Amino acid sequence: MIAPTLNACLLISVLLFAIGLLGVLIRRNTLVVFMCLELMLVASTLALVAFSRFNGTMDGNVFVFFILTVAAAEVAVGLAIIVALFRKRETIQIDQLNSLKN
Amino acid sequence: MGNFLFNLFAVFTVVAAAGVVVNKNAVNAAMCLLLSLVGVAGLFIVLDAYLLAFLLLLVYAGAIVALFLFIVMLLDTKSDARPQLTRIPLVARILAFALVAVGVASFGRLESPDPAAVPALGASLKLYAYQLFTTYLLPVQILGFLLLIAMVGVIVLSKKFEGLEDIR
Repeated sequence: MIAPTLNACLLISVLLFAIGLLGVLIRRNTLVVFMCLELMLVASTLALVAFSRFNGTMDGNVFVFFILTVAAAEVAVGLAIIVALFRKRETIQIDQLNSLKN
Repeated sequence: MGNFLFNLFAVFTVVAAAGVVVNKNAVNAAMCLLLSLVGVAGLFIVLDAYLLAFLLLLVYAGAIVALFLFIVMLLDTKSDARPQLTRIPLVARILAFALVAVGVASFGRLESPDPAAVPALGASLKLYAYQLFTTYLLPVQILGFLLLIAMVGVIVLSKKFEGLEDIR
């Protein structure tokens, strides 16, 4: 399939990343914050695939391959931490998890 | 054809991603994440990375979102208050707006390589296998260890050690 311009791909990638970052900053539920983090990760993979396609190299694609694996491991550990946190504190709202603040 | 599909998937992806941020309910947010990932997989197909699109659907949409949904239902938290955009400082707003303006303004001006002149290496399965088993052999091994460590870590984190308080 003939791809559109590189700029368009990067614009979509940046938009996705920005939306994810906005979610990380303004949401209060830890789970949703984590989902937005995943969104940012996917945005970076989109940029890598686009650069790889337009430069005729393979390295970006292989790197995305690795990112997918690391993301799977990261999500498993992160969700386990959130569950452990919920067991300990009975909440996962970010503004109530402030015992390190003072 | 490619351009039309790209626009379709791009709008779909961004709208679904915005749904993740604005949805009050965590289950709906996870569903929007799923839709957004499907859109990104479509974009990968437009960019000739078929294997990666398949893997993205398999790993992200299949495993990760399912895991998220499990945890959301397990924890059963109350739905969030609607996120407040009014608390964002004025400086941050101006900076963000300026950055977006620069990005959109540069959209048509920069030259883009012609994709038809470049070989679509991501389309061939053989190249992935070749690269993974020659140039990137060590990272593949390290990733195997990483997965093992993550598995052990998850078990340690989620197990209750009764009578073994010194581990905690």
